[in-house]
Amino acid sequence: MFYMLLRHRDVPDINQIDVYQKNGGFDALKKAIKMDTTDVTNEVKAAGLRGRGGAGFPAGVKWSFMDNNNWPHYVVANADESEPGTFKDREIMESNPFQFLEGISIASYAVGANAAYIYLRGEFWEVAHFLDEKIEEMEKAGFLGEKIQGTDYSLKIYTHLGAGAYICGEETALLESMEGKRGQPRVRPPFPPSQGLYNKPTVVNNVETLTSVPYIISNGADGYRKFGTEKSPGTKIFSLSGNVNNPGNYELPLGTTFRELIFTHGGGIPDGKSIKAIMPAGASSSLIVANDEALDTPMDYENVRNVGADLGSASVIVVDDSIGLDWLINKTMSFFEHESCGKCTPCREGAYWMHQLTKRIHAGEGTKEDVELLKDVATQVQGKTLCALGEFSTMAVVSSIERFPEDFEAKV
Amino acid sequence: MSKEVKLTIDGKEVTVPAGSLVVDAAKKVGIDIPIFCYHPKMEPAGMCRQCLVEIGRPAFDRATGEPVMEEGKQKINWGWKLETSCTNPVSEGMVVLTQSEKAKKGQNDILEFQLTSHPLDCPVCDKGGECLLQDMTLAHGSSESRYRFDEKRHAQKHVALGESIWLDRERCIACGRCVRFQSDLVGEAVLDFDMRGAKSEIVTTSEPGFDSVFSGNTTDICPVGALTTANFRFGARPWEMEATASICGECPVGCNTMLDTRRDAKSGGKVIVKRVMPRQNEAVNETWICDKGRFADFSNADRVLEPAIDGKAVEWTEAIGAAAEKLGAAKGDAVFLADGSLSNEDLYTMKVLADAAGAKAMLYSQVGGGALTTKSGSYGGSGAGDVILVIGGDLYKEAPIFWLRAKQAVDRGATLIVATEAETRLDAFATTVVRDLAQGLEAAKKAFAKAENTAVLYSGDDALAQSCADLNPKSLIGVWADANTQGAWEMGYEAIADLSALKGKTVYVAGGDLLVAGAVEAADFVVAQTASMTEASQKAGMTLPSQTVSERDGTFTSGERRVQRFFAAVQPMGEALPGFIITAQIAEKMGVTLEGVSAEVVFADLAEKVAGFAGLSYESLAVVDAEERLSIGGTCYENEQGLGAQLSAVSTN
Repeated sequence: MFYMLLRHRDVPDINQIDVYQKNGGFDALKKAIKMDTTDVTNEVKAAGLRGRGGAGFPAGVKWSFMDNNNWPHYVVANADESEPGTFKDREIMESNPFQFLEGISIASYAVGANAAYIYLRGEFWEVAHFLDEKIEEMEKAGFLGEKIQGTDYSLKIYTHLGAGAYICGEETALLESMEGKRGQPRVRPPFPPSQGLYNKPTVVNNVETLTSVPYIISNGADGYRKFGTEKSPGTKIFSLSGNVNNPGNYELPLGTTFRELIFTHGGGIPDGKSIKAIMPAGASSSLIVANDEALDTPMDYENVRNVGADLGSASVIVVDDSIGLDWLINKTMSFFEHESCGKCTPCREGAYWMHQLTKRIHAGEGTKEDVELLKDVATQVQGKTLCALGEFSTMAVVSSIERFPEDFEAKV
Repeated sequence: MSKEVKLTIDGKEVTVPAGSLVVDAAKKVGIDIPIFCYHPKMEPAGMCRQCLVEIGRPAFDRATGEPVMEEGKQKINWGWKLETSCTNPVSEGMVVLTQSEKAKKGQNDILEFQLTSHPLDCPVCDKGGECLLQDMTLAHGSSESRYRFDEKRHAQKHVALGESIWLDRERCIACGRCVRFQSDLVGEAVLDFDMRGAKSEIVTTSEPGFDSVFSGNTTDICPVGALTTANFRFGARPWEMEATASICGECPVGCNTMLDTRRDAKSGGKVIVKRVMPRQNEAVNETWICDKGRFADFSNADRVLEPAIDGKAVEWTEAIGAAAEKLGAAKGDAVFLADGSLSNEDLYTMKVLADAAGAKAMLYSQVGGGALTTKSGSYGGSGAGDVILVIGGDLYKEAPIFWLRAKQAVDRGATLIVATEAETRLDAFATTVVRDLAQGLEAAKKAFAKAENTAVLYSGDDALAQSCADLNPKSLIGVWADANTQGAWEMGYEAIADLSALKGKTVYVAGGDLLVAGAVEAADFVVAQTASMTEASQKAGMTLPSQTVSERDGTFTSGERRVQRFFAAVQPMGEALPGFIITAQIAEKMGVTLEGVSAEVVFADLAEKVAGFAGLSYESLAVVDAEERLSIGGTCYENEQGLGAQLSAVSTN
C-alpha cells in the first residue's frame, strides 16, 4: 500500500520535525516559495486535486477564484471533521501534522495569504494544542513566521476551536463561527474566494486536501496523476466503519472498488452476516443497495453517482442484513434534528417533522401513510434549504424508503 | 445615475436600477412575492425561504461570451432549484416566474413547514388581522394539516423581554427580523437567538432586558404575533380600531404616526387611543418610531375639563371676558408666553394678538439660538462625504430618531463627531468623540472644510448655538425640548429661559406643566391655557382648558423645519377647545379680529405672513409619494395623509 497522506504508517515518528525533514519534509514548501504564485496554483489545478471535504470541487480552481482586487487574503483549513463516520483528518493531524501544515503554507503562498487559520471542532482541543506546538517548531526552524527561508514571504498559522456544532463544517458557517458569531451558514453567492473571512477573499480547504498539496508540488501534476482516475486523481483516505471486521482509515487510490475496500482491506462482514447497504458519505449519504454492481463500482466522484449516492468525504459505513433501515434513518434524523442550525425553515421544521415520523415508524406505531408522508416531507425539503445540511438530512430517508421498501412494510 | 436593468417577471417587463433585488422589482409591477424574513430596510438574510421563485438567466457561450440562441431567441438557463427572490439581484434579461406550478408549490411547502408547530392561536393573538402568516395562510395555505396536532412543539408563551415587549415563543417563526433590526439597523445587539434548530428561541442579552429605546419597532416588523407591546397586549383587535394620522409630540423629530382608536368599556365608553403606530415618511422617520412616542401617555388622567376663575368653574363666555379684561388692563406689561408644545396655528394666533396688544410674545426654551436655526434643512439622507456634528446633548434621550438617523448616516459612510461632556450611546458609532465642546467645534471646523453636506445638531445656550452657526453648516438643528419649538422661532417669538423675569407681569401662558408651574411661581397674575390639571394650574388666576394633539387638527414644525399635519383622532375632553380658538375669542373681546374656527384658515393666513411658510397650505402638506411605498411586511402604516413640506430658508439678520 502506498501512503501519500498517512505517511506515518511508513515512517515512524514523522510527527517529529527532524524525522519529517529527513524524509523530504518541507522540500515542497522550499520549492514552492521560489515559484511564481500562479505556477503553484496551476500545478495544483493540473493535478486535478479535488476537495476532500465532500463536495469534490477542484482545489486549484478554487484558489484561482481569489479576488485579487481585495486584500488581505486568508486560508482556512477546515478541520471540523464532523460528518458521522469520518475520522481521517484527525489521524493526519495527530500523526502527520507537518505535511498538513506544509500544505497550508503552500496554499497560503499561492493565494498570497499571510495568515492562515485551522478551524477545529471543539472536541479536538488536544489536537489543537498539539498543532500549536508543531507550528512553533516550524517557526523556530524557519518554515513559518517572518521571511520564510529568506524570502519576502511571511505566514502565521493559528488554530481556532469551534464549539462542536456539525453545521460549522459548512464553510460559511465555519467563517461565521470564526468571526465570533453564531455558526450559521451565509447566503451564497458571494462565495468565500470573493468574500470570506471578515468579508475578505478566503480559501477554505479540507485538511486532507491541503495535506495532498506537498506531494503535488514535489512530484508535479503528472506524478500525482499516477494515482486515481482521470477525473478523480490521487489517493483518498476512506474511513471505513459499521458492520465490518476491520474498521479504520484506508488510504487508497480513488477508483478503488467498494468490494476491495470492504472485503479485501476491511475483512468483510462479521458474524457470517451479509452486506445489505452502503453509506459512502456518512450520515449525509444515500444508501446504496450493496449488490454486485455496487460492490464493483469504483469509488470516485463520478462512478458513485451512478449507483445513486455521492462519494462525499468517503466515510464508508457498511450496513449488514440484520439492520432495519427504519432504525438507521431514525438515527440519522435524530442527528440532523439535533444539528440543524435552525436558520432556514425547511431544514429546521423538516428535520423535526421527519424525526417525529421516523420515531413513530421505528417504534412500530406508524402507518403506511406515515411512510409516504415521511418521503413526501423529505422531498419537500429538497432544493429549498439555505445550505447543504438540509439537503443531506433527506438523503438516507428518501433512498431507504425507495430502495428498501420491505424494511418499512415490515414495521407498519 | 445608476445603471438600469430590464427583466421580465410573470410576463411583465420591468426596469429597475442595477443591484435591485428580485422581490423589490416584482413589487414595482404590483407582484407581491410572499416574504417573512425579508424587510426592505435591512440586508436580506434568505432565512425563511418563503419567497422562492423560478429564475432564468440568459445563456452565454462560456468560451466566446456570445449569446446562445435558440429558435431565434436567446436561450434562458433555468436552475434545477427554486431561488430566493430576496437575495438575488436582478440581471439584464432575467426571467422570473413567481406563479408557476413549481414556484407556487415551493412557497406552499415552506408555508406548511412554518405552520407545523405554529400554535394557530389567532383568536387570542394581538396580531390576528394584521399578521403576515395569517394572511398568507388564508391566501395560499391548506385547510388541513398533515402534521399531528399532538406532536406540535410547545414553548413559553409569556416571556417579558423587557418592560415594554412580550415574547410568545410558540408563535415565533425564527425569521430573525427583530434580531437583525437591533443588531444591524439600530446597532444595539440586545436580542439574539439561543439554542439551535427547532429549539431556536429569541432571548434578550442585555441587562435590563431589551435595553433599547427602539424596542417597539420589533413588534411592527415581527411578521407574526411573537412580539407584542405591553401596553396594547390583549387590548383590542386591529379591525375594531380606526386609524388617524398624527405627528408625535414627544420631541422635535416630528415622526409621522397613526393613532389607533377604539370605543373602550374601561374608559366609560369613550373613544380612546389604544396604540401609537409609525407611519412611513422617508424624510423623517422612515418606518420607525421610538418608544417615547409609541408609549406616550394618552390616558387623559388629570385633564382640565372646564374654564375656572380662582379655582371656581365658570362658563366659557365669562372666562374669555375676564381674561380679555386682565390682559387689556396690563397693556404693555402683558406677556404671552408659550412653549413648543403648541401647534403652529396656536402660536401664530397668539403672536398676532400679542403684537396687536403691544405685548410681548415669548417662547420658553432652555436650548437657545432660535434666531439662527431658520436656515436648517434635513440631514437624514447624509452619507459618504458628509459630516455631522452632535454637540452638547444626548440624542438618544432627547430625540431618538435623530440618533438613529445619525447612526445610519455613519453606516452609509458619513463622518460623525460627537462632542458631549458625558458619555452617550452615540459614541460607539462616532468617527471622533471629544468630551469638550470647544474641541468638538474645532474638530468640526476641520472636517467641514472638506465635507460635501454638513449638519450640526446642538443642545445648548445662545453662545453654543452661535459657535455652531459660525461653522456655517448646511443644516443647523436645535434639539429642542418640544415638538414645535422651531415653529415658534419661525413666528418670531422672543426667547426666555429664565422665568423670574416675569415678576410683576400679567402672563397669558400656554403650554406644558413645567412652563405653567414656572409662570405661576414667577408672575403676578396668570391666565393658564393648559390641558392638564396640576397643582400649579389650580393656583393660576384663571385656567382655560385646551385640547391635546389627539383631539384636534393642526401642524407642527420639526427641528429640521418640516411642517406636518396632525388630525383629530378622539373627542375632546370636557369643554376643552383648541388653543387658537381660545386665543381668537379673547382677541375679539380685546378688539382684535382673528380666525377662530378653522385651523386650515389660520394656516393659510400664517403662510401668507410668516416668511418660511410662503406658498404652503393644508393641501400641499397632504401630498404623498406613491413611489415611496415599500413592501414592508409589517404593521407600519403607509403614508396616505401627507408627507408635509420643508420650510424655505429665511435669511437671518
